Amino acid sequence: MSAAFEPRTAAELAAAVAGSAGPLEIIGAGSKRGLGRPVNSGGLLDLSRLSGIILYEPEELVLTAGAGTPLAEIEQALAEKKQMLAFEPPDLGPLYGRPAGQGTLGGMLACNLAGPRRPKAGAARDHFLGALAVNGQGEIFKTGGRVVKNVTGYDLCKLLAGSFGTLAALVEVTMKVLPAPEHERTLVLGGLDDAGAVSLMTRALGSAAEVSAAAHLPAGIAPSLAGDGGATLLRLEGTAISITERLALLRRELRETATELAEAASREAWRSLRDLEPFHGTEEALWRLSVPPAESASVMQRIAASGLGAMRYFYDWGGGQIWLALPATGDAGAARIRGALAQGHATLMRAPLPLRAAVDVFQPQEAALATLARRVKESFDPAGRLNPGRMYQGI
Amino acid sequence: MQMPEPDQGAIARRGEIAAALRRILPAASVITEADARRAYESDGLTAYRQPPLLVVLPSTTAEVAAVLRYCREQRLKVVPRGAGTSLSGGALPLADGILLGMAKFNRILEVDLPNRCAVVQPGVTNLGISQAVAGLGFYYAPDPSSQIACTIGGNVAENSGGVHCLKYGLTTNNLLGVEMVLMTGEVIRLGGKHLDAGGYDLLGVVTGSEGLLGVVTEVTVRLLRKPTTQRALLIAFPSNESAGECVAKVIAAGIIPAGMEMMDRLAIQAAEDFVKAGYPLDAESLLIIELDGPPAEVDELLARVDAIATACSAMSCRASTDEAERQRFWAGRKAAFPAVGRISPDYYCMDGTIPRRRLSEVLTAMTEMSSRYGLRVANVFHAGDGNLHPLVLYDANKPGELEAAEAFGADILRLCVKVGGVLTGEHGVGVEKRDLMPTMFNEIDLEQQQRLKCAFDEEGLLNPGKVFPELHRCAEMGRLHVSSGRLPHPELPRF
Repeated sequence: MSAAFEPRTAAELAAAVAGSAGPLEIIGAGSKRGLGRPVNSGGLLDLSRLSGIILYEPEELVLTAGAGTPLAEIEQALAEKKQMLAFEPPDLGPLYGRPAGQGTLGGMLACNLAGPRRPKAGAARDHFLGALAVNGQGEIFKTGGRVVKNVTGYDLCKLLAGSFGTLAALVEVTMKVLPAPEHERTLVLGGLDDAGAVSLMTRALGSAAEVSAAAHLPAGIAPSLAGDGGATLLRLEGTAISITERLALLRRELRETATELAEAASREAWRSLRDLEPFHGTEEALWRLSVPPAESASVMQRIAASGLGAMRYFYDWGGGQIWLALPATGDAGAARIRGALAQGHATLMRAPLPLRAAVDVFQPQEAALATLARRVKESFDPAGRLNPGRMYQGI
Repeated sequence: MQMPEPDQGAIARRGEIAAALRRILPAASVITEADARRAYESDGLTAYRQPPLLVVLPSTTAEVAAVLRYCREQRLKVVPRGAGTSLSGGALPLADGILLGMAKFNRILEVDLPNRCAVVQPGVTNLGISQAVAGLGFYYAPDPSSQIACTIGGNVAENSGGVHCLKYGLTTNNLLGVEMVLMTGEVIRLGGKHLDAGGYDLLGVVTGSEGLLGVVTEVTVRLLRKPTTQRALLIAFPSNESAGECVAKVIAAGIIPAGMEMMDRLAIQAAEDFVKAGYPLDAESLLIIELDGPPAEVDELLARVDAIATACSAMSCRASTDEAERQRFWAGRKAAFPAVGRISPDYYCMDGTIPRRRLSEVLTAMTEMSSRYGLRVANVFHAGDGNLHPLVLYDANKPGELEAAEAFGADILRLCVKVGGVLTGEHGVGVEKRDLMPTMFNEIDLEQQQRLKCAFDEEGLLNPGKVFPELHRCAEMGRLHVSSGRLPHPELPRF
């Protein structure tokens, strides 16, 4: 293991970056180190000591915490006040063979993760209000604020979310938090093929029932949840009266027979899908496809027709996100999968290291956009010290 | 308020530049006549006026690209403009700059209900989008008060909000993609109909960049299904404190209303005089709380909010019983600005955000400032998200009053920052709050933002003089951070 910096303050972090002779790999708890291209670094920047909730004002709907704070600690504090991070961040530790409950707030933001509530509530970036961070020159800068409505200056939070630590190391972050729903229930419909399920999810999400999650599990992907024939899941959240009313509305609009998952079973089903349990403990390569929701079944049809062999997959976000696993051999299907996309992108979320070094983990970009991305990287990190190569070669 | 020193060489070449642009665009799309240029001399911040060098009105992405490519070659400044409703001077022209009007981009290209989105040109009005899909039961959520006139392109530039953004988000939370032209003339696409763009979230940073990073030529917005029911509560309070307490308790009870607006005594009276909305004139403070969703849920939440209001010493609490009454409750709030315009020759609208619990302290300080400056102030307030709109009343014909109003406004904004808030919640920095940026950001913070600007526009030709209180040369940035307060380039303008 190379030398590790474990800064406890913004100033120590800035000094570690400014004083570094070469590239640094940034980690929080290291729970998602298997995501992204391998970083060729001489040093490790471990942010797990920048930990703790700094400010939590439930009535202002804001929470500020050190970037290294475990997400589990944040979620517990929020639960005590019946609030939540509305974008439902997944715990991806177990997907990468690590224990559950270790991931940090900063790591989750760096990957811009969001769970099943994404179509209704937005992604991590939509709830990221402000940050204190250190750029590649070892300078401490702040962006955004501690209020829920702010347009002062460029919204660098958006850029930092999903930048995989290639632009800046986060010191502390402010999140918008929201009241947690009082109750939830899930409508389960069986026996639909992909096209039928996507069409049904499209109708459900376009209805006035305020569906807060819509997933389709084809036969075989999650028998414990979906039985042998597969299932389509639609979640409703809110007060008891509201859920009852909207369930009736949804059943009227869909005109399909459906069963229901009550509170606990519903919660467990969505947690399981959120954390990608169907892919835990397997050796498969795992892709995440982001596509126009209503077109997801045709995308999968094209991928299947391209001659890829055995695949396991399910649809989340009403079809807008497809999780697709297949053998980690060759290019793990990269060319055929990306060739099947008319719009959107495919990310290789999990694969053995040599494969992640050989295949574009993130969707390759057009020349003008790639040039711009490089210039943006240089505007934060001109010497390429922070996680170089994690997203794209040279970035 | 000082703008960058105009380049007299560019002004002297007006005819030559117009001729070159007429080779790129149809001749009628290039406006040079003084009278016609004057129509563009200001935006919604009318205190500042400056006719542009000339105006171009392109109608295709290719034309925009050609104009920007030409301007970059010729080192000419460019100011993009939508409908010109900015309240922060974001579209204020430059004497030596081309004004790039996007009014001809006025078509809705596609309504895609299965993917719950619409693809529109940037000159389509905000309300135009909702109207186009209303018959299908859908709408576009952000609703700035100027929505009848303001364009979606301008909304992207300013990251516009509205009264419903506590529940439904700002523009940035309701965009899926844009096509935009960089200052190099290159055309890029960010996002699309899928939920998240790949790579760096450039869409997120372009939104709210106030026309400094590129010119948006197409926008894909999220559409939402219209709620089944919308009802509003009109609640009168004996003090701003009790109204503020009610707002905090509603949110603490786990309720996020579709809208939660507050008005103070002067605003209530001006609005009632103007539109006769039925507002209680004995109230010190008025809350309008709107709830939406299925009928049973709305009934349930109305009852909960009513109980909270009563516990917070509300003097009266009325729930709208039909759509006409709901519209009437809102009519006064929506007309608050023109209503104040009737009781004062001029007014200056501020836009700070504060943590809500500091509200009564901020209002008290404002009352004190009001007597110190000898100017009245009316307050309307997006109470749910802490976004204040104090309206400072003044008379521009009285010598010194505009300056006093601006100084008063600046004091209010400094106070917002001091209590933990920000300079602007939804109107943007523009030229108006540009010189206050250092109260919120230090030199390193601002330099990081300007280096990002350089990544998009190396020569600093897009909308210069807005947002940043100092102009930096891109090539020199990155070396400034060790300057310890010494200004390394005394020849560059600082305003």
